[in-house]
Amino acid sequence: MDVVMLSRLQFAAATMFHFLFVPLTLGLSIIVAIMETKYVRTGDETYLSMTKFWGKLFLINFTLGIVTGITLEFQFGTNWSRYSAFMGDIFGSLLAIEATAAFFLESTMIGVWVFGWKKLSKKAHATVMWLVAGASSMSAIWIITANAWMQHPVGYTIRGGRAELTDFAAVVFQKFAVLQFLHTVGSAYILSAFFVMGVSAYHLLKKQHIDLFTRSFKIALVFGLIFSLFVVIEGDMHGVHVTETQPAKLAAMESHWETTRRAPIHLFAIPDEENEKNLIEIGSIPGILSFLGYHDFNAEVKGLRDFPKDERPPVLITSFAFKGMVGLGIYFVIMTIIGVFKRNRLVKSPFYLKIMLISIPLPYLAIELGWVLAEVGRQPWIVYGLMKTKDAVSPIATCQVATTLVSFVLVYGLLGAVGFYLMAKNAKNGPAMD
Amino acid sequence: MVLETVWFLLWGLLWAIFFMTDGFDFGVGTLYPFLGRTETDKRVMINSLGPLWDGNEVWLITAGGVTFAAFPLVYAVMFSSLYSALMLILFALILRGVSFEFRGKVDSPGWRKIWDICIFVGSIVPAVLFGVAFGNIFKGVPIDGEGVYHGTLFTLLNTYGLLTGVLFLLLFLEHGALWLSIKTEGDLHDRAVSTANRVWPVLLVIAVIFLVMSKFSTSLYDNYLAHPALFLIILAMVLALLSTKIFLRKKAYFKAWFSSALTIVAATFYGVAGIYPSLFPSSINPNYSLTAHNASSSPLTLKIMLVVVLIFVPIVIAYQAWSYNLFKGKVTEKDLTY
Ligand code: HDD
Ligand code: HEM
Ligand code: HEM
Repeated sequence: MDVVMLSRLQFAAATMFHFLFVPLTLGLSIIVAIMETKYVRTGDETYLSMTKFWGKLFLINFTLGIVTGITLEFQFGTNWSRYSAFMGDIFGSLLAIEATAAFFLESTMIGVWVFGWKKLSKKAHATVMWLVAGASSMSAIWIITANAWMQHPVGYTIRGGRAELTDFAAVVFQKFAVLQFLHTVGSAYILSAFFVMGVSAYHLLKKQHIDLFTRSFKIALVFGLIFSLFVVIEGDMHGVHVTETQPAKLAAMESHWETTRRAPIHLFAIPDEENEKNLIEIGSIPGILSFLGYHDFNAEVKGLRDFPKDERPPVLITSFAFKGMVGLGIYFVIMTIIGVFKRNRLVKSPFYLKIMLISIPLPYLAIELGWVLAEVGRQPWIVYGLMKTKDAVSPIATCQVATTLVSFVLVYGLLGAVGFYLMAKNAKNGPAMD
Repeated sequence: MVLETVWFLLWGLLWAIFFMTDGFDFGVGTLYPFLGRTETDKRVMINSLGPLWDGNEVWLITAGGVTFAAFPLVYAVMFSSLYSALMLILFALILRGVSFEFRGKVDSPGWRKIWDICIFVGSIVPAVLFGVAFGNIFKGVPIDGEGVYHGTLFTLLNTYGLLTGVLFLLLFLEHGALWLSIKTEGDLHDRAVSTANRVWPVLLVIAVIFLVMSKFSTSLYDNYLAHPALFLIILAMVLALLSTKIFLRKKAYFKAWFSSALTIVAATFYGVAGIYPSLFPSSINPNYSLTAHNASSSPLTLKIMLVVVLIFVPIVIAYQAWSYNLFKGKVTEKDLTY
């Protein structure tokens, strides 16, 4: 393997691992802040126990999010130095703004929250959690804006062999960034809701701390229902915009080879990239792809064959990622709607609770698939239409990257194992009753 | 021109603040196995950093991010040339961060032992390697006109690089020992004070050797000879180092810690002023050096970033100061229940 391939694997491993923890940080911070605010308003000690219980899980997750983020901040320089030199003018500033405007607030306030129980008034302490939650969403805005620029570069000009910023507002407010931000944050809230519902289901099944976990479940259910619906609707708008900006990705999402009107989707298809066709197509529904891309059943959708071979993304991965994500999205809507009907007799619905418990990993899967779709579907470009991934890599030795890739896999594997073990252990132990 | 110079100074300042704040975390972490004799000692030491280390580490992220934004070429070449060293630092920082959180989560001596080791390794490795990296930057790194690095990890481990590594470690040890002197009581406090007293003379000797050796191994003094006013930085560094000892003798630990913070800032600026206008000098040919002028972002980006930094950095300093103030005072046994 060459430096490009190894660097891609390393970057994928590092970001995907980071994003195992980020979504729960984004959503659970808000849920914990809501619980603590309820405690301050009502003085009800159950809300305090809830805050402490979920807060502890939040912290283990948060720590892993932080330490895995640090390596990412430097990987653009270590592994993608040509890319960094080419577009640091735009991309670097977004990253720097993220650190100054969001990370400082997040990291300082979490310290205050953990160690400040006795030093601050109840109200101030709850406010600190809201600041943590706000700062994490702030950080998401900036990093997603940076990623959206790679998906759809705007507000720049090429001068002296690099991309220079000409219009900062265009970069920040472009439609791709807004849609991508809403989709990512919405999906993070789904994940957090399913996490809280799943852990609550565990205790409800064991009939312990029923009051506390029923309340937790209901708060999360509201969250989960709203955002499951939101992400499906918003994802559809996102799809339309991707069609406009990255037509090759749309074609790969549905392994659509031939340019046609009334383009179909297939419930299941295995693409054959050599022979530019699908090996198997099952359950084809005509017109749906045209509708997804253009909101018009008769629209013409450009097929993969009409893109040069070296400008096509890997079709198999892209299409599987898309189908998996959408399928899971529909599943989340169904499960939360069922939840609404069962909400007042949860303890009497063990089957539903069991399903919710084993559903905890599914939003994680959907989110990772979503990123795989967005990032692999962008290939071979690192910055869509401007720079190819193979031209972006650092001039470093293969053995250096191979060594660090192996270290990443080992260290992250161990950390992940320990982290999830601790989360599971604390989740099972339940709240400390004092 | 002016904008680029302002950014050069800000770049130096951010690194200096990072060394000044996370520096005592590294120091405490390195002293941890030696000064932490009982379980209570250890938990007091960890809690003295607990609320602050993460906020301190963000100065590193910001220094990195600002390098990317203001000097993209430096970000690209610096971090790809120092690839292996930087990766070691990052892995060490990962271990340190999770150890603080994980250590108390399982009640077993074997479990705690693992994370105790990680705290030590995760603190001493970055302390030394940041020194080695900056020593090499002061001296010049073998990069060619394309920004390609001609060397290995071991190229960095030359005498001057290692000397700077030792200097950084000692600066942080002194800084950390003084922090513990402020934050602890009883035996642990006494041990911290005596460590600060014992490290100080070693630090003084190494600092003098470093200042002299810089004359022979680097061209830092060219700028100083051209602008003699710069010698004030060296004077400030020496005075701060001396007053550290004076305050330490008077048992004015906070003032001593503050002096040691100033020593670290002055030491960073000593190098930064010497390499100006280069951020990443080439040892192959001075023409290949990456400077504030040939490696900076477009004027528009520099202006936007300046506005961002001038608004946010004072706000950050304000709330971090608030948080330091909130957690001032000694960490005692009864604070250990969280
Ligand atoms: C949608 C959100 C999102 C995305 C796509 C990313 N991150 Fe992240 N990141 C966060 C959302 C986030 C967060 C929720 O704000 C974290 C997780 C835990 C935390 O403390 O903050 C975080 C932590 C975090 C930290 C540690 C901050 C600290 O010490 O407080 C760094 C340096 C990065 N990230 C950098 C990156 C980089 C360079 C990314 C791009 C490849 C990236 N993150 C993707
Ligand atoms: C945290 C969520 C993210 C995940 C899970 C993720 C996932 C991935 C994956 C799987 C790849 C490999 C694609 C391939 O090589 O075929 C990749 C590449 C890459 N992504 Fe992301 N990504 C995430 C966020 C980001 C963000 C926010 C940025 C930039 C701001 C970014 C920038 C890149 C770059 C520079 C590459 C390397 C070049 C490439 O292989 O395309 N990613 N990412
Ligand atoms: C069911 C309807 C859904 C639709 C129509 C949809 C649509 C899309 C589209 C078109 C993209 C690609 C954007 C790009 O290439 O840049 C995408 C990306 C993504 N999806 Fe979905 N999605 C849906 C559900 C979900 C669900 C349920 C989750 C997770 C819980 C999720 C998580 C993500 C993530 C994290 C990304 C990458 C970030 C981004 O590009 O926004 N999606 N989605």
